[in-house]
Amino acid sequence: MTAIVVDGLCKSYGAVEAVRGVSFHVEEGEVFGLLGPNGAGKTTTIEILEGYRTRDGGDVTVLGVDPHTGGRKLRERVGLVLQEAAVPPMLSVTELVELYRGYYPSPRPAAEIIELVGLTEKAGERVRKLSGGQQRRLDVALGLVGDPELIFLDEPTTGFDPSARRAAWEVVRNMRTLGKTIVLTTHYMDEAQYLADRICVIAAGQVVAQGTPETLRAGTDQVTHIRFELRDGLAVATLPLKARIDGGVAIIETATPTRTLNELTTWALAQGLELPNLEVARPSLEDVYLELTKNE
Amino acid sequence: MSSTGIALRQVSFEQRSFWRNPASAFFAFLFPIIFLVVFATLFKGQKVQIGSVQTSYDDYYIPALVAFGVMGACFTNIAITLSLRRDNGILKRLRGTPLPPWAFIAGVVGSSIIVSIVLALLTTVFGILVYGVHVPQHVDAAAVTIGVGALAFCALGMAMTIVIPNAEAAPAIVNGVFLPIVFISGTFFPVASTSVLAQIAEWFPVRHFINAMFTAFDPAHQSSSGFNGTDLLIMAAWGAGAVVLSVLRFRWEPRKG
Repeated sequence: MTAIVVDGLCKSYGAVEAVRGVSFHVEEGEVFGLLGPNGAGKTTTIEILEGYRTRDGGDVTVLGVDPHTGGRKLRERVGLVLQEAAVPPMLSVTELVELYRGYYPSPRPAAEIIELVGLTEKAGERVRKLSGGQQRRLDVALGLVGDPELIFLDEPTTGFDPSARRAAWEVVRNMRTLGKTIVLTTHYMDEAQYLADRICVIAAGQVVAQGTPETLRAGTDQVTHIRFELRDGLAVATLPLKARIDGGVAIIETATPTRTLNELTTWALAQGLELPNLEVARPSLEDVYLELTKNE
Repeated sequence: MSSTGIALRQVSFEQRSFWRNPASAFFAFLFPIIFLVVFATLFKGQKVQIGSVQTSYDDYYIPALVAFGVMGACFTNIAITLSLRRDNGILKRLRGTPLPPWAFIAGVVGSSIIVSIVLALLTTVFGILVYGVHVPQHVDAAAVTIGVGALAFCALGMAMTIVIPNAEAAPAIVNGVFLPIVFISGTFFPVASTSVLAQIAEWFPVRHFINAMFTAFDPAHQSSSGFNGTDLLIMAAWGAGAVVLSVLRFRWEPRKG
């Protein structure tokens, strides 16, 4: 069963075409990463799926219904964690979770949800006394409290410290284990790599790439990067191979890394040179992403 | 859960949020009480002329201040609170839950009415005990007037958010509109109905609210029922207009950019 189908989605704001024929689908039970620079149409797409915006063209179904007309019945099955949303400050964590539980037909127990986001120790605390990261986790809790089938996580870990991010990732993994479908947007490629089963990259209102993190990385014509620092008398002109310079680092792109590396090191040894900080790396998801979205 | 149950839970949430917030509790609640003491002390023992009736200042001021308290708890409180919640995304998030919009509005309005009633009782009892004002002649008319006024000014508070661009601007815009009208409407000192100020104030609902309250309190036994139909109708018309505007234009999301 397919949780979300987007086919030829279009949306303009005045003369600006924010979304120009976006198509993708999200399978039930998967974590789907929607990536793209700010202004690429990602938020517009998400907000159409969430039911906040109308669309100008194309077909969209969320859990089998049109999100624009799905109304209350659909909202009972969907959990939202919005990008920027404060939490009512004067209630305690438990009071707020209890309030939100009342909005849903079959909510999860309050204590379980609070524990899931690691706020058990703060359960009795007023929301305004929580740190930014704790409030964000409460945000996530409120998105999950109705035991939704589908969850939208819009940049859920922005502003988290590294350990809080790791903890949040475990929450997302747990939700996946429970069989939830998750649509995730993020600016952190390691997050997408770690969490997403499939990724869709949007740039300038169109889908520029789609696939698993691995296929996306493999898709960039298999280029491997060999890097080293240009210092200790090393000049780019003397190198035996074509290299580009980025911040004092020479980068050689090659489809045949074994051969290229052999050429390079043979030359260096003959010259009696050590190549400082020599690295051989496949492009990361971040490199791929930057390449895909560089015209933005 | 039943519709009533959902609405009652929202009222209880709004009440907790209200009383726990020192700013809202102070401005909506303590403000009228402070005004009461200041003006009642200032004009103690003075006589004022209301139409053909001469009465003590306090007998005029207490019903006027009951109306002022209701307007603060409803209009000012709702306009500022909802602007803030719209700006910081609380309303948007709520719109994404199954909570029906009417239930949310019912919570906000119900909570404001509770604050209004507490404030009206407190002001009246304080006036009777400390300033020796007459016990309201027509409690039923006073209750209806407070009800109509509260509903109308809740609707006006919601409608006000339509023209408020962001939360920072909310207090300035709300008070900038509200306070001048409050003054020319004779809240703190009667404004003769023949004066230009009163002629202007006649166009707005505040003066009618005060008139209706004064008629219900009726210190000089002028009215048989205490109901001031014309004033109540004009207030209700303002309220109805505000409801229509709110239905058409109320925004749950912050203005972009």
